[in-house]
Amino acid sequence: MIEPRDAIARLIIICIYLTVLVLVGLAANRFGRGTRRDYLLASNSVGPFMLLLCLFGTTMTAFAMVGSSGEAYQRGIGIYGLMASSSGILHSFCVFLIGTRLWKLGQRHGYTTQIQFFQDRLQCREIGWLLFPVLVGLVIPYLLIGVIGAGAAIQAMTAGAFPDNAWFHSDLPSMNGGVPPWMGTLAICLVVLAYVFLGGMRGTTWANAAQTLLFVVLGLVTFYMLAMKIGGGDNLVESMQNATGKVDSKLLSRSEMSKISFLSYLLIPLSMGMFPHLFQHWLTARSAKSFRLSIVLHPLFIMLVWMPCIYIGIWGTVLDLPEGIRSNPNSVLPYLVQSELSPIIAGLLTAGILAAIMSSLDSQVLCVGTMFATDLVGATGAGRRLSDGTQIWVARIFVVVVMAATWGLSMALMGNRSVFALGVWCFSGFAALFPLVFAALYWRRLTAAGAVSAVLTMAGSWIFLFRESGWGANSGYTVKLQLPTVQLSLDPVVVIFVATAFSMVATSLMTRAPAADHLARFFPEKKKH
Amino acid sequence: MPLIGWLLTLLLLVLHQDWWQWENDTLFLGFLPAGLAWHMGISLAAAAMWAWIVWFRWPAELDEEVVVTGQKGAES
Repeated sequence: MIEPRDAIARLIIICIYLTVLVLVGLAANRFGRGTRRDYLLASNSVGPFMLLLCLFGTTMTAFAMVGSSGEAYQRGIGIYGLMASSSGILHSFCVFLIGTRLWKLGQRHGYTTQIQFFQDRLQCREIGWLLFPVLVGLVIPYLLIGVIGAGAAIQAMTAGAFPDNAWFHSDLPSMNGGVPPWMGTLAICLVVLAYVFLGGMRGTTWANAAQTLLFVVLGLVTFYMLAMKIGGGDNLVESMQNATGKVDSKLLSRSEMSKISFLSYLLIPLSMGMFPHLFQHWLTARSAKSFRLSIVLHPLFIMLVWMPCIYIGIWGTVLDLPEGIRSNPNSVLPYLVQSELSPIIAGLLTAGILAAIMSSLDSQVLCVGTMFATDLVGATGAGRRLSDGTQIWVARIFVVVVMAATWGLSMALMGNRSVFALGVWCFSGFAALFPLVFAALYWRRLTAAGAVSAVLTMAGSWIFLFRESGWGANSGYTVKLQLPTVQLSLDPVVVIFVATAFSMVATSLMTRAPAADHLARFFPEKKKH
Repeated sequence: MPLIGWLLTLLLLVLHQDWWQWENDTLFLGFLPAGLAWHMGISLAAAAMWAWIVWFRWPAELDEEVVVTGQKGAES
């Protein structure tokens, strides 16, 4: 039985946290310079530490805390290798090879969005009309997942606060009395809207940095406290030995995991190279050197967040969890925190989970708003004549529209689990576009026709395979490839990635190479030192 | 990226596959599963590798002063 007093204490902590975020937006607004470049790119003033926190916070979604522990509960320690250590190698690879180069070109040619870069590099304004719906179409489900996840987390953590109030009624006994999803998601949307609207990229950067620190620290604190509670030893090591010693040996190895799938998951972290919201963050860097800290510490930050969650997930298997929790592994971490720790710690961890969600949500909202304002409105003759101040307001209006649409869609799709399955598919889509951004930066022979071909192939193969998977209903869907001696089961990302890269290279080679003087703008001669 | 950077990245990705200890459920120190220990080692090695690359093989052209060519990109 949940004490209403405990649930209300958790709710108060969540409210305080959300209020602090709005204040961050207000503070950022006071420091703003009133120019379009300041609102969208924080005047390229972000230093190494802030950039590290922003890039990491934006990359880590709710899945890093809630999903990782749930997956470890089901599949064991192999989840760390599947998703965390591979990201440690390849995310830094993307920042080093893609992020720094795009920053340099962005500084030189004045880009604000990813689409502007491709339009300029390929001398093809029309590619914007093709890329825009594809990129926005892949980002929107992320927004939805974040918003829906935040609403569910708030309801779970505040369950029992107002059990007799009709507004807080839920048909699920374990959720009754909690803040209903429509109210929780509305609060999250309004708070994100407030600090993005007021502070633009500066507010987003400050909020991101604070939230990243919060969820890293709270994750470690939660790990320590749960280890001591579940293991019951005199110190951390003894408690970890007690708890881990009881875990089924299958969960301590990868005996139940497919080796081919493990290999093909290496492609997923490459999606980072094509995230439009990360493109915008990269442009905020003060200098190329600002990227160094992110490149080096990103793998360690991933370890700091994922390792505790993996342990909490496998320890959950030695406890007698209720059926409702066992059948929904994503609720393992919130349940353990709520049932095993004090209301204050539980409230703080809820803030940490919301921090992980909102630190991605804000960047995505700002990015989609910026793309609307820059790549649609700004692409018209009238849009180009707008003053800086008017362009900021156009971006703000689109941020409001995007947030309102996201909230509306989240209400329509609430409880529909295929939305979450869509998240993995979206990662696959971005990962499959990695060859395009890589070629644009490192392959002189890439042509506009090759890029168009790549985007169309990605979109076509993605839609075809997504349909084959029952629109995401079959979460274990693989593509069967029959070789002479063996049949391979390939994850869809492999097929989409290879098809996209092949069509891009083949079409580029069949069409006329870009002019040398144009390429000189993107591939300057190296100076001899 | 220098050739050595590509080779080290490739080496880490190969080591990341550790098929040879797929079913190893040994616990080091009584609490650290062998597979998890290996992959935490991969994370540490990745950080060390990138530290070496950014400090000793950082592309000099990235630090050259940016010559702004106007807002052509932004206007296209």
